[in-house]
Amino acid sequence: MARKAPISSKKRKSLPKRAAGHAAPNAEVTVEPDFVWTRKDLLGLDELSPREIVCLLETAESFKEVSTRSIKKVPAMRGKVVGLLFFEDSTRTRMSFELAASRLSADSLLFTAKGSSVSKGETTMDTVRNIEAMGVDVFVMRHGQSGAPHMVARQVEASVVNAGDGSHEHPTQALLDIFTMRQRLGGIAGKKVAIVGDIAHSRVARSNILGLRKLGAEVVVVGPPTLVPNAITAMGCSISHCLDDVLGEVDAINMLRIQFERFGGGLFPSLREYHKLYGMDAERLKRCRRDVLIMHPGPINRGVEITTEVADGPNSCILQQVTNGLAIRMAVLYLVSQGRE
Amino acid sequence: MKKILTAEQVDRALSKLFKAVTANMPKDAPIAIIGIRTRGETLARRLVERLAADYPKMQVDLGILDITFYRDDLSRRRGAPLVRATEIDFDIDDRWMLLVDDVLQTGRSIRAALDAIHDFGRPRIIRLGVLIDRGGREVPIAADYVGKTLSAPDGQRIQLKLKENDGQEGAYIVKKA
Repeated sequence: MARKAPISSKKRKSLPKRAAGHAAPNAEVTVEPDFVWTRKDLLGLDELSPREIVCLLETAESFKEVSTRSIKKVPAMRGKVVGLLFFEDSTRTRMSFELAASRLSADSLLFTAKGSSVSKGETTMDTVRNIEAMGVDVFVMRHGQSGAPHMVARQVEASVVNAGDGSHEHPTQALLDIFTMRQRLGGIAGKKVAIVGDIAHSRVARSNILGLRKLGAEVVVVGPPTLVPNAITAMGCSISHCLDDVLGEVDAINMLRIQFERFGGGLFPSLREYHKLYGMDAERLKRCRRDVLIMHPGPINRGVEITTEVADGPNSCILQQVTNGLAIRMAVLYLVSQGRE
Repeated sequence: MKKILTAEQVDRALSKLFKAVTANMPKDAPIAIIGIRTRGETLARRLVERLAADYPKMQVDLGILDITFYRDDLSRRRGAPLVRATEIDFDIDDRWMLLVDDVLQTGRSIRAALDAIHDFGRPRIIRLGVLIDRGGREVPIAADYVGKTLSAPDGQRIQLKLKENDGQEGAYIVKKA
């Protein structure tokens, strides 16, 4: 993996490739009033129907109202226990799920791999079974291995929510991104969204592509060839290796974090070059649509993916994403705890 | 499904409910009318319209309550129905409040609604107005103002249909599934 040279420039213009068979319907997906959610687990957006995704978003709308009350709590999960299993580090997602559980009147138990039985050699399944034996109703699980929550879901009675598995899916992050876009753009169908950065290692990108395509948006992924696998077009998105080419034609730009912890470097020559070709700065923002939405799942590497000026500017909705994340996680916990398959 | 109230009878019941409310509400202070989703909301809207016509100077605030998160049968049901947002965007503290629902039977929805309201504040007085009281209480709750009293046997459900929600108007007896 020592290809250093080919970050494309304007000279090597790459036209976005359109994947066949994924024609975006321009009608907004709606869900009828008598729709009933039945899923016990939320493992990814891959298995959800467009209506199930909209059901989650609509439920989150009603939980958003709860956070504006003077008493920010509802008894919807009173007496239930939410087990937070974080085999991998997290701040935002973990705290968001913890607060969501407490706003639903559930109790939560936190497990982090650091300084726990995992360092004594316990297997993932044994850890989960032991915690389940304490009487857990919903597991929220983050794990470095793709598919770990799916394995657990098959073997426990409790509901399982995927809070990020390896480089596979991060459904609640994508849901809160889509929720924010819906709020700010007034809809999803027919919109065009760019996802920029390390697509290859990003579970956020994968879940976003799946969710956005199901709701009828067009997605273009942007990054250097070393970070954008060609096979990603199978998910229904197009590819561009030149950020400047797509700036003027998109409604939202989701800037992904360069995940230094997931690869040893060598995939692009230098951070400075990456920033120059794929970083969002005031100069590039000027060439975007005036009301373009700038998103970032956090934590931000300021000056790499995005400059401080843009991250804190009026087009940015980065903090709104975090606020919406709470409503999304309340909706997810509530719905899976009600679901019986 | 047997029709037990025609559209005219529903309208008459609503007029009776409206009269009972106006006879008892304070006329010198702002009042709050809170409708329980879905048909309680529609009835509350109709009451607010009538109030605006008959008492143009009165301040009336309309709120909509979704009680799903407060229900006591949440853990017994299978699957989750779609929840809509509660919309009470005014201060309810020390208000005279009318809670509106369509059909009063077990009283459990009203119990849930009272819990929900107390998360928003502390009204001075809460009164309950329902279009139809059909008996069959399981908790100690009674309506203050009633449009129409019916007695329906256990195991049967009375369903109110309103133009705005169902495209037709009337009350029906439906067998419980």
